[in-house]
Amino acid sequence: MKQTILFLTAILLAYVSYAQNTEVCQTCTWTSLKEAIAHAKDFDTIYVKKGTYKEYNINIDKPLAIIGQDYPVIDGELKGEIITITSDNVRVDGLFIINVGSSYTEDYAAIRVRKSKHFTIQNVVLEKMFFGIYIEKSNYGRIFHNKVIGDAVEEYNSGNGIQLWYSNYIDIEHNYVEHVRDGIYLEFSNNCIIKNNVSAENLRYGLHFMFSNDDVYQDNVFENNGAGVAVMFSKKIKMLNNTFQKNWGTASYGMLLKEINDAEIRGNTFKENTIGINIEGSNRIEYKNNNFTNNGWAIKVRGACYGNHFLENNFLYNSFDISYNSKVNDNKFDKNYWSNYTGYDLNKDGIGDVPYRPVKLFSYIVNRTPETIILLRSLFIDIIDFSEKVSPVFTPDNLLDHNPLTKQIVW
Amino acid sequence: MPLLPFYKKIMLKILKYSFYDLMRSRWSYVYFAFYLLLGIVLLFLNNNLSKAVITLMNVIIVLVPLIGTIFGVMYYYNSKEFTELLLAQPLKRSSIFLGQYLGVAISLSLSLILGLGIPFVFYGLFKSNAIWDFSLLLITESFLTFIFTALAFNIALSQVNKIKGFGFAILLWLFLAIIYDGLFLMSLILFEEYPLDKLSLVGTLLNPIDLSRTLILLKLDISALLGYTGAIFKKFFGTNFGLIISFVTLIIWVVLPVTRIIFKAKKKDF
Repeated sequence: MKQTILFLTAILLAYVSYAQNTEVCQTCTWTSLKEAIAHAKDFDTIYVKKGTYKEYNINIDKPLAIIGQDYPVIDGELKGEIITITSDNVRVDGLFIINVGSSYTEDYAAIRVRKSKHFTIQNVVLEKMFFGIYIEKSNYGRIFHNKVIGDAVEEYNSGNGIQLWYSNYIDIEHNYVEHVRDGIYLEFSNNCIIKNNVSAENLRYGLHFMFSNDDVYQDNVFENNGAGVAVMFSKKIKMLNNTFQKNWGTASYGMLLKEINDAEIRGNTFKENTIGINIEGSNRIEYKNNNFTNNGWAIKVRGACYGNHFLENNFLYNSFDISYNSKVNDNKFDKNYWSNYTGYDLNKDGIGDVPYRPVKLFSYIVNRTPETIILLRSLFIDIIDFSEKVSPVFTPDNLLDHNPLTKQIVW
Repeated sequence: MPLLPFYKKIMLKILKYSFYDLMRSRWSYVYFAFYLLLGIVLLFLNNNLSKAVITLMNVIIVLVPLIGTIFGVMYYYNSKEFTELLLAQPLKRSSIFLGQYLGVAISLSLSLILGLGIPFVFYGLFKSNAIWDFSLLLITESFLTFIFTALAFNIALSQVNKIKGFGFAILLWLFLAIIYDGLFLMSLILFEEYPLDKLSLVGTLLNPIDLSRTLILLKLDISALLGYTGAIFKKFFGTNFGLIISFVTLIIWVVLPVTRIIFKAKKKDF
């Protein structure tokens, strides 16, 4: 191992000593990025000085580092794609890219990486684009500290902020994405890490997984999106310490899980969403140490969900804690704190002596006949909820938290 | 100064008398103090005007009709002897009863508006954007007071027996506040295979308590919970047309029982 590192370092040093620096500016030898790239040798560094460069279809086909100084503007004038990377070991740093063309037949992106490895895209600012950063069949890349600000109005004619397609081992960190269709979108992309990003005000999803396995996303904030995060048809995804908030509207979710197996959802905060988590056809998921605060529905279970464990979560002041649409239950609730719990704790061990039933009769009725929701907050509903609590008839009678905690969990 | 017709003057005089009579009796103050306390406690517990409005609505939407009903029946039976004395005078019957009714309804609404208004104003209502929701709450609740007092007067006028009168009044409140919702829910579940938008809209419009609740809920943040149904409701109640329709319905709910009071009072043999 050590020898390999030494060997690699030696090769790198050799290259570095060969590598040259080129500059692009209004008065330099090269006045456009395209010219500079055409004349550059492998492993050169191109410094782009401050200014506005009206270019599009820039193809980076050799291992180069392109570094902007004081954020030079690359203006695509809405004519098409701006930068396409087709070589390994490319680094793009500190550019301000605007005006990507939009099309109904091609996905033009501000920066596209195609079939490359070991790329880095960092400190880039993208505005007025169709797709932002589009990674296509490329592996081992790093997308770090970028700002993507779109102006999407409708879903059908807008693109995604950061999109991965058949790309594995990509790190997406410290990015800020807003006003696009999907903030970050992964399709057929495995082993990626998505960390410390903020994805807000997007039309559809803050983060969207499709057929992507073994990914981790943590410490991200998803705010005010159509739906915070949609995780679909994926396996073994870890969702840690994220914040999902203010995804509020008639069809909004904090998180949408569909056909998800063996995932881990831990330490997240779901705050002020219409539906905290909407679960459909998802099995063997562990929900632990999450906070569900002030949501309409904290968790809505739609069906075909088996072997899920909800352990040590806080359910605070949600209109409905759990909603179920069937009488069958194969999921386990244990040691959660429920703010609606009204039982007592005689032996003072912090665990309530009466089990808690998180599913209200009204939430069952609403699931069956959605129109009945207009009776929300009617006295009659409170009365039938109470009677159902005393003797359950309609709601799954084994859906109980046997050890409801009497104090909010702090971790 | 334009001279008011004689009967109107009399009505105003009786209104004034009933109003001061209620003000002198401790009940108005108790009622006022109760709302004052409720407002203060809610604001203290919630620390949030918008949330306090929701909780407040939860409590008073059933309480206001109940108190209106009971007060109405109680006042009528209590002042029966005085009414009979008035009837011996050459006065118009409708002005006597309308005066009494308005006296009760106005004093109750005033206790409600002042009792809830004072703590909310001190908490900074005018600077918050909950002011419209809160005003809507006060307006609809005042309507409910007028409606249920009128209904109570109707029952009391038709029933000589006090116990029966009270029984009917409580039953009426029970029906509109609770049983109606039960029947409504049953019919929604029963006809779940059919499109229910119209049915649920009509069902809501027919009951003043449900109508007030829906009007307030739709104005609040919580309306996003109502989902698809909420969208339909919002489309209806959110427009000026819907708002006008709902207020017209509330006004009809006041006018109909009041007309019956006048009609019944004219015919009644004392």
